[in-house]
Amino acid sequence: MTRRLAPSVNAGSMADIAFLLLIFFLVTTTIETDHGISRKLPPLIDDAEKTIVKEKNIFRVELNQHNELLVEGAIMDIGALKRAAIAFLDNGAGVGDWQCNYCKGNKDDQSSDHPDKAIISLVNNRETNYGTYVTVQNELVGAYTELRDREAKRLYGVSFKEMKNLLKDASHSNQVLLKERIKKIKSMYPEKLSEAEPVRNY
Amino acid sequence: MSKFKNKKHTQLPEISTASLPDIVFMLLFFFMVATVMRKNVLIVENKLPQADQIEKLDNKNLIMNVYAGKPSSRYKNIGSEARIQLNDKFADLKDIKAFILAERAAKRDALHPFMITSLKVDEDTRMGLVGDIKKELKKVNALKINYATKKGSVGNHIPKK
Repeated sequence: MTRRLAPSVNAGSMADIAFLLLIFFLVTTTIETDHGISRKLPPLIDDAEKTIVKEKNIFRVELNQHNELLVEGAIMDIGALKRAAIAFLDNGAGVGDWQCNYCKGNKDDQSSDHPDKAIISLVNNRETNYGTYVTVQNELVGAYTELRDREAKRLYGVSFKEMKNLLKDASHSNQVLLKERIKKIKSMYPEKLSEAEPVRNY
Repeated sequence: MSKFKNKKHTQLPEISTASLPDIVFMLLFFFMVATVMRKNVLIVENKLPQADQIEKLDNKNLIMNVYAGKPSSRYKNIGSEARIQLNDKFADLKDIKAFILAERAAKRDALHPFMITSLKVDEDTRMGLVGDIKKELKKVNALKINYATKKGSVGNHIPKK
């Protein structure tokens, strides 16, 4: 009895087919950027209650039509913005109820009382460049992140960023505790970034 | 001594290419997994600014893309003023509202609070347009936004004195 072997299929062109597919995917796809600076817009309220904030608790950041950065009325280099914002937020000049026992700033009378009271006001011109605006946003968010990192490291031994990454990782065991810790750190340095209507160019 | 006999006549053995398809398939799968199909064809210039304090957006389904920038070179006849692009088309400010509502309608109600508007704005755009977009977004209560940026060091936009 002779056994016939099934004829083998020639697989030589398999590589060509795979190459075609590969080239198709290479050409048609683009790696899309899906990260950025997350912000929350304030809700639209007609009769916004006017709260009076002491001048010393406001950190005025302004961008004019020439893309110049003005901090508290004086021109500043963008590289110095983060340090200045940190110095303002971390000042902690308050006494009594508003004493800040975790602030490490130099308790200047002319600067903010407490991180909870400190407001950064960002005003931009309609002619300001978007790139510059994002850079300033980035620096201000960076200031908050740095302070939060510092406190998170002091209290829990991990940086705030790591804590946030851990939260995304579903396999991490103690999610509830982690969430609470993140909330605590956030409340220590709440992001109070106010953005007014862009000013028109006169 | 037949070992050395017909050395001249033996040819080099052919290299087997049987595993070539496997290698190519591996590459193919890598690209298929790693890349995302762009939903919209860009018709505006879109050079994103750089930043380092960035967060990654995880759920692609919940992102609404709003593009803005100058019309790209193919659409020069429209002008050089920065424009908004929504879903493959140039759009006006008043179209944003409808766009957001349409995007919301396509998702379950429970997901609406998690939807994020990603502002993919060219770095040379004036803030006036961006401010107007934000105002429109506020009107439809789409408050979660994300300024899409590239990962990189800051420093290209240091104000010149």
